[in-house]
Amino acid sequence: MTDTGLAQGWEMVIGLEVHCELATRTKLFCGCPNAFGDEPNTNVCPVCLGLPGSLPVLNRHAVELAMRIGTALHCEIRPSTFHRKNYFYPDMPKDFQISQYDAPINTGGRLELPDGSTVGIERAHLEEDTGKTTHIGGTGRIGGADYALVDYNRAGVPLVEIVSAPDVRSAAQARAYAGELRSILIATGASDGRMEEGSMRVDANVSVRRHGEPLGTRCEIKNLNSMRSLLRAITFEADRQVAQLESGERIVQETRHWDEGEGRTLSMRSKEEANDYRYFPEPDLVALVPDSRWQADVAASLGPLPAARRAILVGLLGGEPSPAQIDQIRSVVASDLDAIVTSACELGAPPALALARTANEVAANADRAASLDAGSFAKLLALESGGELSATQAKEVLAGLLANGGDPAEIAKTLGFESMRADDLAAVVAGVIDAHPGEWEKFADGDPKVAGFLTGQVMKASGGKANGKAVAAELARLRSGAGT
Amino acid sequence: MSGGDARPPSKPPAIGPEQVAHVARLARLELSDDELTRFTGQLAAALAYAAEIGELEVGDLEPMAHPLPLQNVLRDDEPEPTLDRDTVLAEAPAAEDHRFRVPRILGDEP
Ligand SMILES: [Zn+2]
Repeated sequence: MTDTGLAQGWEMVIGLEVHCELATRTKLFCGCPNAFGDEPNTNVCPVCLGLPGSLPVLNRHAVELAMRIGTALHCEIRPSTFHRKNYFYPDMPKDFQISQYDAPINTGGRLELPDGSTVGIERAHLEEDTGKTTHIGGTGRIGGADYALVDYNRAGVPLVEIVSAPDVRSAAQARAYAGELRSILIATGASDGRMEEGSMRVDANVSVRRHGEPLGTRCEIKNLNSMRSLLRAITFEADRQVAQLESGERIVQETRHWDEGEGRTLSMRSKEEANDYRYFPEPDLVALVPDSRWQADVAASLGPLPAARRAILVGLLGGEPSPAQIDQIRSVVASDLDAIVTSACELGAPPALALARTANEVAANADRAASLDAGSFAKLLALESGGELSATQAKEVLAGLLANGGDPAEIAKTLGFESMRADDLAAVVAGVIDAHPGEWEKFADGDPKVAGFLTGQVMKASGGKANGKAVAAELARLRSGAGT
Repeated sequence: MSGGDARPPSKPPAIGPEQVAHVARLARLELSDDELTRFTGQLAAALAYAAEIGELEVGDLEPMAHPLPLQNVLRDDEPEPTLDRDTVLAEAPAAEDHRFRVPRILGDEP
């Protein structure tokens, strides 16, 4: 990661804070459902509304998911406590958020990125999410609105906040970190990782310095709701800081808001004094002390992590994967679809084809992927690799398979994809050669450029039924015949 | 969020009217000059009393996380009944569109 896109002589220093909503059935301290998109204020109770006399009780499964994250990130899992973070803002009805402060459950880990670089993890702690505030009227901006409406369904939903060390040196590496972390969150079952639904939210601390100089003043960028925003916002912010420093100004430490539409970061500074959260121990919760046996159980429950799963796919391909295949492997594992590839290969499917169809056609219809039968998928891949279905036909059959299931051969028949019999194909090829004697001569003389032309003519003449590989084989057969 | 040492200081922190005004502002309390003087005295006395505990010789004892001799109080991840929305919103000073209506917010989102 040497190309940062930054002006000559400058270096970015980036630390990332990722908030991840845990995939529990209920909230962190009460039995209200943890569900996205429900009717406002239907998942509330005395605990998450902060009504007097209510008491929080910690969700065991949330703790286990936090421990899974910690284990996957090579953290030390430690005895931990909860604190109250006090602030005056209506997204928490209690006027404080329960979080972990000086004794977080996970500390000191690392995340290895697919390119081989490593980013340190400072901590990964448990806390509760806040409610959802909508600003109404005025400019729509926080300070300019007429009033606000609050939905507390999200208040109390369990979060793990994962704080990286300032080890990231480019926007691309930041995106790789967020992508790999997301794969791990999904693989461990800790979260669905859906950025568009706010299940995974990224804040970036960005500073710049001239090579070899001490750390510069950092700005925290919020509102990064997609990988694209993360990349664009960091690039913009680092350029802004370099321009400011080169013109002799200094950087003010502040929080900045990413405006996706404007494509720039804006200061969120107000006249308000700096945040002073007055943390103190939460008296209603006792210490959380995961003993070694509990930790071992959690570690044993973890399946293979994304890096190991990518290695399995590389092994299936046998030999060095192409850059396109490396991308396919990453995306298939990140979308949790690699089991489809491995099961199809166990049933004899060609690995490269299984990978390509999964990364493209299956991933494009990921909602239906779970219902895809490995046996039917393997059979389809066999039909395609055996030349009975062309690539175009195989994709259509796969779409049918994903939509309704069934037998691939039957679906092919229903769609009219009877495979072309060898002598029918030979007749079409012969017809094309007769119609284009000049091109055929060039091909027979070994000019590879006309092969595509001839294949295209055969496909056209066969009405798309011919299989590209079979056509190439037939042309090659005739050429070797012509040469003797 | 940053970490830090949460152990209580063993000496009572000197508290003056500026700190009391600061804490009052954070809690959105409006104090008159008389109240500020009175509460500064009262808070200083309370802190001095609490600081007496800090005088005790406790050797190498680790600070306790909680006075109760308990840890790992946990519940299963099972949904429980929620409150009726109309009942809840009827208790609020203002509601709109099934949500709590609150005055315009000044300052930053935390
Ligand atoms: Zn609740």
